[in-house]
Amino acid sequence: MSAPSSSLSSFVSSSIGKKILVALTGAVLVLFVLGHMIGNLLVFVGKDAINEYGHMLQTSLHGGGVWIARLGIFGSIIVHVILTIQLTKANRAARADRYGFEATQVASKSSRTMIMSGLTILAFFVYHILHYTVRVWHGFGTAKYEIEIDGHKAHNVYQMVIDGFSWAPASIVYLIAMGLLCSHLSHGVSSLFQTLGLNTEKTAPLFKKLGWAYALIIFAGNAAIVLSIWLFGYGR
Amino acid sequence: MSNLNLQLKVWRQSSANAKGTFQEIEARDIPDHASFLEMMDIVNERMIAKGEEPVAFDHDCREGICGMCSMVINGVPHGPEKATTTCQLHMRKFKTGDTIWVEPFRARAFPVVKDLVVDRSAFDRIQQAGGFVTVRTGAPQDANALPIGKDVADAAMDAAACIGCGACVAACKNASAMLFVGAKAGQLNSLPQGQPEKTRRTLGMVRQMDKEGFGNCTNQYECEASCPKEIKRSWIGKLNRDYAVSAAVEAVVGLGNASSGGE
Repeated sequence: MSAPSSSLSSFVSSSIGKKILVALTGAVLVLFVLGHMIGNLLVFVGKDAINEYGHMLQTSLHGGGVWIARLGIFGSIIVHVILTIQLTKANRAARADRYGFEATQVASKSSRTMIMSGLTILAFFVYHILHYTVRVWHGFGTAKYEIEIDGHKAHNVYQMVIDGFSWAPASIVYLIAMGLLCSHLSHGVSSLFQTLGLNTEKTAPLFKKLGWAYALIIFAGNAAIVLSIWLFGYGR
Repeated sequence: MSNLNLQLKVWRQSSANAKGTFQEIEARDIPDHASFLEMMDIVNERMIAKGEEPVAFDHDCREGICGMCSMVINGVPHGPEKATTTCQLHMRKFKTGDTIWVEPFRARAFPVVKDLVVDRSAFDRIQQAGGFVTVRTGAPQDANALPIGKDVADAAMDAAACIGCGACVAACKNASAMLFVGAKAGQLNSLPQGQPEKTRRTLGMVRQMDKEGFGNCTNQYECEASCPKEIKRSWIGKLNRDYAVSAAVEAVVGLGNASSGGE
């Protein structure tokens, strides 16, 4: 019989195998956005809270922790995006001739625009990394945004967040991206339970509500940071 | 009883490789107690009388159990009524003056043969790839020799209600066959008689489904909404689960390897 490696490749090339990988990588990213949001909400606790949290992330496991997390997240994004593009291309090919009269009975708008919301979020992700991680704009990479915590050099995360969202165009881009993320999660979270085979007739309604609640919480938490700084002048 | 005057937009395609178009057909004086297929019969009789080519469409039992009638009516397979086939749809559901779009099931795996007739033999090949139990012929065992819980038997019966019409594929935004394969594999995978070949069946049917060029499920459940037999989405969830387990068994143990715990 075939070697485990050829079984793995036939799993990855199968429709359900691809979808299971999309669901698993999606689950990683779903949990990441929640953790990321909770960390960011420390901006409301105060300057020291978020700066020390940022410093903790940067220095955990002697600086290795942040790279382990980054590799996990980047890897998940790459697998998630490549497989969903392959699946979407196969789906379009399977229905090459469109209906003259298109009707939709139950599929939500969000579920029908997953590839568009997803790719836009990917573009936003690149912008977000350049904005706050690589720090290419607004002088975020300069000594002006450096502070000292316990005798170590650290980023002034608090000031970067406040200054970043004081600029309207950035705030607008972030809000649009969070709206799309909310749409993407409203289908994606409940969908991943179905793909992983965890949905039963009893659990399906619960997972559907959970998906919506999750999407709204992520939107509300992240939008609160942007809006309170941009429109209500928090920290300025 | 009253008669309806309708405007039909019917897909006409002379052969598999010909280019198709919509033909506008007047359907006047249609009795409202006619079924949709009887309406098509009336329209065809009139076309034949005028020397025109009648509309080709599939039909057989005309009582909702054979799965032969197809047609997408105003964008919905088998038309707007819930849990019915096209032959069970009555013209009283329409109003005089309505325009009705009538199209074939559209999927790469269901090529058009002519007009509204599509080739659904991809489903037969999926069934042949595992949708059965292998039994020795000979004297049957006593029915009570194999106890099956009532709830399990009922659930398997729900799945067995699938008539293989293909409405799930036609309704799916991606022309996926997951509801059909989920019902057919799940019916046998639920029962004790289906256990010995469960791994082989699940892998075989899913691989054949992929090979036929159906799309991938995106969990939108248009299939469930269109199914004339109300097959539930939970069968897709079970297929996902059974496939993951079967793929793991194949990778670790292998098929046909009973000494190490496989089949």
